[in-house]
Order: sequence, then structure tokens, then C-alpha cells
Amino acid sequence: MSDLFVYTLRLGDDALIAAQRTAEWIAAAPQLEEDVALGNIGLDQLGQARSLLQYAGSLDGRTEDELAYFRDEREFRNLQLCELPNGDFAHAMARLLYFATYQQLLYDELRSCADETLAGVAGKAVKEVAYHVDHATQWVLRLGDGTDESHRRMQAALDALWPYTAEMFESDALVQRLDVAVDPSTLQDAWTDRVLAVIDQSTCERPSSSYQHTGGREGRHTEHMGYLLAELQHIARSHPGATW
Amino acid sequence: MSVEPLWEVFVRSRRGLSHTHVGSLHAPDATMALRNARDVYTRRQEGVSIWVVRASDLTASSPDEKDEFFDPAGDKVYRHPTFYEVPEGVEHL
Repeated sequence: MSDLFVYTLRLGDDALIAAQRTAEWIAAAPQLEEDVALGNIGLDQLGQARSLLQYAGSLDGRTEDELAYFRDEREFRNLQLCELPNGDFAHAMARLLYFATYQQLLYDELRSCADETLAGVAGKAVKEVAYHVDHATQWVLRLGDGTDESHRRMQAALDALWPYTAEMFESDALVQRLDVAVDPSTLQDAWTDRVLAVIDQSTCERPSSSYQHTGGREGRHTEHMGYLLAELQHIARSHPGATW
Repeated sequence: MSVEPLWEVFVRSRRGLSHTHVGSLHAPDATMALRNARDVYTRRQEGVSIWVVRASDLTASSPDEKDEFFDPAGDKVYRHPTFYEVPEGVEHL
């Protein structure tokens, strides 16, 4: 497996698993308008995943479907943040704020990289994720600065997901070797500034954690990943090669 | 969230000159109403500009007044510019 394949897979798996969790909100969001908004966001993420997995597959002789439906848990390279269960709506908005802000900074760098395909995917996606950041920001502000109950839930969500944020910025030998890759550690300061500015304005406390989870990039996942993949993959595996 | 106010949404299409009413939605405030409108009503490239107006801020004619409001125009066909003879030689009309 080439470095470029693995790097593209990381980005594609983040988007695919995030899309799966976002899609779970459809028909379960607090209002019809939010169902549609999350549907749009999930489809944006799925579109990014498809472009990235198609590209990864082209480097490795596999199709996007083979990569999405016929890999097992340990072969997925996504961040653990993306696979965590949805929780309540505040959790969804906290995750979207954390993840989309990261994606926005990453894609913004990646669109000027030397690899035309990655730069092209990033150039298209950067506008999409800018809207995701805005959507999450609007809700974090309203829930944090809303009622006592919404504030309590928003704070709980920001705190619960914070220990999964450092993994986004882990650097490793692969990203340092691969010249088209963005070293995620270079994004952390800007990410922290942006996210904390939203949290401060929302009247929530800044989260902190002495422990940070890790492992997704090496294929080590939370206990929730297997269930997610079962739902994502079982149709394709029950009926291999089926078309509709 | 039925306590959220209702908003009327107007969208100007890419080639349109005016904003046209496209529907309504619920949102807690104007900022969210605009974003919800973007998500619900422009996801298939329907427009390039959106207005949202709180439904309670609209003053509408009443169905009860329909007769006196609109019927008197019914037999004033001379208000339509269809009785003028176009002089010969006038182009682009």
C-alpha cells in the first residue's frame, strides 16, 4: 500500500463514517428543517467520501464500493471522533463543530497541494464544510446560550467529545514522508482558536481533558465501530454485486 | 418545537428579477430561518438570493374581503392594453 493510498483512505474514511452517523439523524432531528439540513450535510460528506475512495481505489486496483463495503474494522483509518454514537442533538452539533472546523482547515491547505485530484476534491469540499462549520456554530451558540437545560446538554457534549479531538492533529512518519499530505499538527493552533472562540461566545466552559483517545489512523477503533459497519455494510455483503 | 415562529420564504432564481414566495418554515430567529431556507428551498440550485419574513409581520388581504377587493376589476376589460391598433411599421412591439 502506497503512502498516497493510505493518506487518501484516511481522509475518505473520515468523510464516509461521518456521513453514516449524520445520515442516522434523518427523520430523528428535532425539526423537519433540521432533518433536511443534516441530510444535506451528510450528502456533502458522502460526496467527499466517494471522490476520495474512488481516488484511493484507483491507486490500489479497487472500487469505491469494495473499499466502503468489503473492508473490516481494522482496515478503516478514520478518526474515532467520527464513529462515536450520535447521542443527543447537542452531541451532533459539538461533533460537527469539531470535525468540520478541522476539515475546513485541512481542505483549505490541501487545495494547493501538488496532487491534482486531492486538490480538486479539497477545492470543492472547502465550501461545503464552511457551511457545516456555520451550521454547527449557529446551534452551539443557541444551545449554549439558551435555556438551562440546553446549556447543560451543550456543555456535556463539548466535554464528552473533547478527548477525541487531539487525534485529528497527530502527525506521523507517513504525513511527513508524503509531500502532498498536510501535516495535521500544523492545523491545531488555528483549530483551537476557532473552536474556543465559538465555545466562549456560547457561554459554555472551555473543555479540557488530561486523557486523549487515539488509534483510529492505525485501525484501532471504539467498540461502536463494529455496529456502525454492520449497518453500513450488511446489504452489500448479503447481496454481493447487486445493483439497483 | 412548535413554539418556534413561522417564516415565509422568498427566493430569487438565477434569471429572475424578483423574489418569489416559495413556502414557509419554522425557525427560532431570522439567522436560523435564512439558513433553514437555504437548506430546504435552494438545495437544487433554485436561487441566488433569499428573503425570510416572519409570517406574523405580513399583512394579508382577508378571504372575506375577496368580493369587494377583486370582483370590481372583473368587468373593466378596458384596463387591459388590448384595444389599441398598432400602427403599421412599428417594430419590436
